[in-house]
Amino acid sequence: MNKQFQHSTAWKISWLFVFIACISLFFADIEITTLEPWAELKKLFLAMFSSHWLNTLDIGKALLQTISFAILGVAGGSVIGFLLALIFHWRWIRVICALVRAVHELFWALIFLQIFGLHPLTGILAIGLPYAATFAKIYAEILEEGDKAVLQSIKQKTNSVSVFFYARLPDLWIHFKTYTLYRFECGMRSSTILGFVGLPTLGYTLSSAFMEGQYTQVWALLFLFYAVIATMRYWVKPALLPIYLVIAPFAIANDSTISFDNIHRFFTEDIIPAPIRNGENWNSLWAWLSDLMATQALPGVINTLVLTQIALVVTAVLALLMFPIISTHFFKRAGRSIGHITLVTIRSTPEYILAFILLILWGPSMLPAIIALALHNAAIIGHLIGRYSEEIKLSLNATRGINRYFYELLPRLYGQFLAFLFYRWEIILRESAILGILGITTLGFYIDSAIQELHLDKAMILILITALLNVIVDALSCYLRKKLKLKTAVQCS
Amino acid sequence: MIQLQSEAAHYQGVKTLHDIDLHIKQGEKLALLGKSGSGKSTLLKLIYERYPNNTALVPQDYGLVKHLSVYHNVFMGRLDQHTTWFNLINLIRPWKDQVSAVQLILSRLQLKDQLFQPVGKLSGGQQQRVAIARSLFQQGQLLLADEPVSSIDKEQSKLVLSQLRNSFPTMILAMHDTQLALDFCDRIIGLKKGKILFDQPSSSLTANELQTLFK
Repeated sequence: MNKQFQHSTAWKISWLFVFIACISLFFADIEITTLEPWAELKKLFLAMFSSHWLNTLDIGKALLQTISFAILGVAGGSVIGFLLALIFHWRWIRVICALVRAVHELFWALIFLQIFGLHPLTGILAIGLPYAATFAKIYAEILEEGDKAVLQSIKQKTNSVSVFFYARLPDLWIHFKTYTLYRFECGMRSSTILGFVGLPTLGYTLSSAFMEGQYTQVWALLFLFYAVIATMRYWVKPALLPIYLVIAPFAIANDSTISFDNIHRFFTEDIIPAPIRNGENWNSLWAWLSDLMATQALPGVINTLVLTQIALVVTAVLALLMFPIISTHFFKRAGRSIGHITLVTIRSTPEYILAFILLILWGPSMLPAIIALALHNAAIIGHLIGRYSEEIKLSLNATRGINRYFYELLPRLYGQFLAFLFYRWEIILRESAILGILGITTLGFYIDSAIQELHLDKAMILILITALLNVIVDALSCYLRKKLKLKTAVQCS
Repeated sequence: MIQLQSEAAHYQGVKTLHDIDLHIKQGEKLALLGKSGSGKSTLLKLIYERYPNNTALVPQDYGLVKHLSVYHNVFMGRLDQHTTWFNLINLIRPWKDQVSAVQLILSRLQLKDQLFQPVGKLSGGQQQRVAIARSLFQQGQLLLADEPVSSIDKEQSKLVLSQLRNSFPTMILAMHDTQLALDFCDRIIGLKKGKILFDQPSSSLTANELQTLFK
């Protein structure tokens, strides 16, 4: 018998995360360093209403390339991912996939830029490779969960390929299709931000428009991006896929060629740690490595974790504030549709673009990154929780307003909320790392600098550390979800 | 106190109540009898929607929050009597005087050992008694209860029903057990296919007669 009131484990773990975030705040640099941050922001918003000359040809080309990279990357990734899913029970396949997944598309792009330069293959592989690893995992889960009863009723002698196409695929097809289409939306975002490292997609046009202060052009690009995402279900159809696959390679073709010397040099020289390459002794290798760890890896890891933990808690708070605006328990239809539009807009904006804009307006600090990560992820979790809340049936005498929120709904959906949040944890970490490319001193900053200085050996080690950090956080999130007995029904990235 | 005249009600597009004429005076203890699907729950909902003020409702699914403690679930009966701040602080740190008030009610229902247990960890019968405790804590002129003792054994059912009878001036219970209905209510209304089949004082009925009425 418990005489004393005790809070639940979920409550205690939540406060532990808040506590860690508060400590992280001491290490975080969250200043606004530009002199007139609000004036520039005002200019940006006013530009939305001004009619200005738009470079439509540039925009059209960038859009076509964005879609083409996304289609080729996601299609290639799904085919390879499917083949990998069939052998996913091999442990080393799972380990390799986990590591490949843990490296963000932008880092892959930075690597492939060194190997293939601006050849289209860079963009296709940067998306295709990590997506294949993700597809492998999810497809394997789908195959695992499918109904195997049909299988047993078929004659043993039938060859396994026919069995698969007759007994398994028809039932599972819808799951594969839904998930692959969902990933295509993610692929559009990935493809867009590849522009920030130099590929000719919307991100490139957007960043140059922004640098030149052509804010009207920035808005045009953003609205175009929303429109393309919002209308996806009308133009992304399996029947149209062959046509797209034929057009896409022509859309992204350029005159750069693959240099085999480059590839050879990358693997045999560039990424070999400098002391080994120069034939120095073990001591100098050790000195090289410890210097890298102390001056780059360690501060990078600390800053990445600091940003992740703060962004995670801000995301949590925002998501809990956002979900009621789309929930039938709080708003009528009209109110909810405004809520839906708000959440869709926020979550469609790639966090990288959001961070990019805020960084230029406010100067380099963690604040823009925190806000960008929190807004994007909170909109996703808010949407999922809001939808989940529809499943809760309240009785006739349930209270209203704030009492309803805290007494009736929050206790009922908090477990699900934590499950979604912990699922996003690893994703927020991966994003925190890449936001370094924009100048915040997370791991991405050190990786990007190492590449700029042509220290690819250092960059590779830092990327590997980033991947390991991701794998660790993923394992921790898995452990917490199991401990709290949480289930995620939705896979998301 | 309650006046319904040729009322009808729909549930998911299907008419579940027809031509209901009902007059209930203050102080009446009334039982609704009938098979499942006869419209008992719909009638209770209809009455609650017409007379929500000063009315305690025990819904068929209890309306409990499984992740909250027994204390908090019972306290929810009086959420509207306190300020929002009072309620929010209470979630984090229960108010002492409220805890003792709730504890008093729980001991009347043999639940006092469960005070700070999450409701999800209780048995079905215990959960039902928590729902009853909430209505006792809420108080009011009228009690509407949908099968309030369906998961409780006979002995405890008697205890629970007598507590309810003593605490609410007027009550309307949807019941399954005809004998309990006769013992604890003064007036019995029989429902069949959404219509009132009979409406008589319980003194004029026996359990056997009621059984045959529903055959």
